[in-house]
Amino acid sequence: MIVVSLLFYLFSFIMIASAFMVILSRNPVHSVLFLILCFFNSAGIFLILGAEFLAFILVIVYVGAVAVLFLFVVMMLDVEFKSISSTVISYLPIGLTIGVIVLAELMLVLFTWKRDYSVTDNLSITTDKQYSNTEIIGLVLYTDNILFFQLAGLILLASMIGAIVLTVNHRPSAKRQDINKQVERDAESSIKNIDMKPGSGI
Amino acid sequence: MIAINNYLALASILFVIGIFGVFLNKKNIIIILMSIELMLLAVNINLVAFSTYLNDITGQVFSLLVLTVAAAEAAIGLAILVIYFRNKGSIAVEDITEMKG
Repeated sequence: MIVVSLLFYLFSFIMIASAFMVILSRNPVHSVLFLILCFFNSAGIFLILGAEFLAFILVIVYVGAVAVLFLFVVMMLDVEFKSISSTVISYLPIGLTIGVIVLAELMLVLFTWKRDYSVTDNLSITTDKQYSNTEIIGLVLYTDNILFFQLAGLILLASMIGAIVLTVNHRPSAKRQDINKQVERDAESSIKNIDMKPGSGI
Repeated sequence: MIAINNYLALASILFVIGIFGVFLNKKNIIIILMSIELMLLAVNINLVAFSTYLNDITGQVFSLLVLTVAAAEAAIGLAILVIYFRNKGSIAVEDITEMKG
């Protein structure tokens, strides 16, 4: 029990520290690496909470795909390294005001909310220990929540098409296949008879 | 079991760090995208914590959807960033004033 608490506080501390480093570090590559550290620690916190499937999905999808995408873009764009501190002074008052207001409101909610025990009466699927976490998610995701599953797929498809359409680069000099031209081509338009005299070139 | 308030405090601190990142950073829009990812991660921690403590799997399913939207948003945002950098040669937030917003 004490081990779990210690692990929780270790993960939380590293997570908050690395989140600070994400927004404060001078080099964007370091920011992405600290973001990866933050995701790993949140995967640990998900494991403590008993959500194994989400923990591994977080590592696979975020660290394996999204963070690597960030790394690619950061390395491709060749931006100059400037610290946050060069502009932090002019935006500090508004940022600090809004941040403190949001933090105060969240803390007000945090220390005054009470759990309503009547809510749990109408649960259909629970996180019982009879099945593993992944099995429970699978049981619910493809039956009760099939609409949301399909919508998630649709969102991913739309974002994929959007990203491709945005970044595709048509160069006029590039040779590409033109099906119409290929089908319309016949012998008369493509074969030319030349009357050549012996011993001379074209 | 660790009290749920610890998870909520962690998530709210992370969310506020994300807000700071969006507001204080005016040089590099990639950091702003990463701050948005941090905020979505904080929301995910809240959802999973309540899912565990209320013994209801729906929070984790919804957390999956948040992950999907975050991945889609990162892909679109980075694509816009790449074409903007290709056209203008800069991604500093202060330079993006074409629409006079």
